Amino acid sequence: MDSANRPLSPHLQVYQPQLTSVLSILHRMTGVWLGVGTLVLAYWLIAAVMGPEAYGTAQDIIGSWLGLLFLFGWSYALFYHLCNGIRHLFWDAGYGYDLEVAARSGWAMVLFSIILTVLAWGLGIIAGGG
Amino acid sequence: MSLLTPLARVRGLGSANEGAHHWWMQRLTAVALVPLLIWFVASLAFLAGADYARITAWIGHPVVAVLLLLLVFALFYHLKLGMQVVIEDYVHGKFAKLVCLLGNSFGTILLGTACGYAVLEIAFGGS
Repeated sequence: MDSANRPLSPHLQVYQPQLTSVLSILHRMTGVWLGVGTLVLAYWLIAAVMGPEAYGTAQDIIGSWLGLLFLFGWSYALFYHLCNGIRHLFWDAGYGYDLEVAARSGWAMVLFSIILTVLAWGLGIIAGGG
Repeated sequence: MSLLTPLARVRGLGSANEGAHHWWMQRLTAVALVPLLIWFVASLAFLAGADYARITAWIGHPVVAVLLLLLVFALFYHLKLGMQVVIEDYVHGKFAKLVCLLGNSFGTILLGTACGYAVLEIAFGGS
C-alpha cells in the first residue's frame, strides 16, 4: 500500500460491531450532537439577556412539542456522554481494562444514563406541574 | 531508539509542541463538568416552566452566576478540544482541516464568550 495513502483513522466499516466499539463511537457522536446543543444553550441565555419578549419566544420554541423532543435527545446524549466519560476517566487512571469489566461497565453506563434521563424529566414534570 | 536525550525529549513536547497538554485539559475539564452539569440539569428540571423573572433571578444569583460561568468555560473548552480531535481524525485534506480547526476554535470561543457575557449582563445589568 502506498505509505502516503494509509488510513489514519479507525475504519469502522470493516469491524464487526460489538458493545465496546459501539459505545465508543456513540461517545463521539453524542459529543458532536451536544456541541450542536450548545447553540441552543447560547440562544437560551442570550434570549434571557434580550428581555421578556425574546425569552418568551425562546421558551415557546424550546417548550414546543418538537423542541421538547430535541431537548429530550440532548438530555439523553448528555447523560450518555457524562456516564461514559466517567468510564473513560477510570480507564485513564488505569482501571477497568479487562474485557469482562469493560463490558459490565458499558452496560452499567447505559443503564445509569437511562435512569438519570428519566429522573431529570420526572423532576421537570413534577416541578413544572405537568 | 531515539538519539535525543531525555531532556530534549521533554523539551520538544512532541510534534505538536504541546506535550500532553491537550489530553490533560480534556480530562481536567471533564472532571469539572461532572458536578457542574449534574447541578445544571437538576436546576433546570426544578425550574421547568419558570417565568422570565424567576429565570433571570436564578441566573443573576451570585452563586449561580459563578457556577454558570465555570460551567460555560469548562463546557466550551471541553467542546473545543473534543471537536478538534474529531476534525483531526475525519477531515482530510490540509486546507479543509485547517478551515475546520480554525472554525472550531473561533466558534467555540465566540459561543462561550456570548454565554459568559449573557450571564454577567443578567447578574450585573439587572435586566
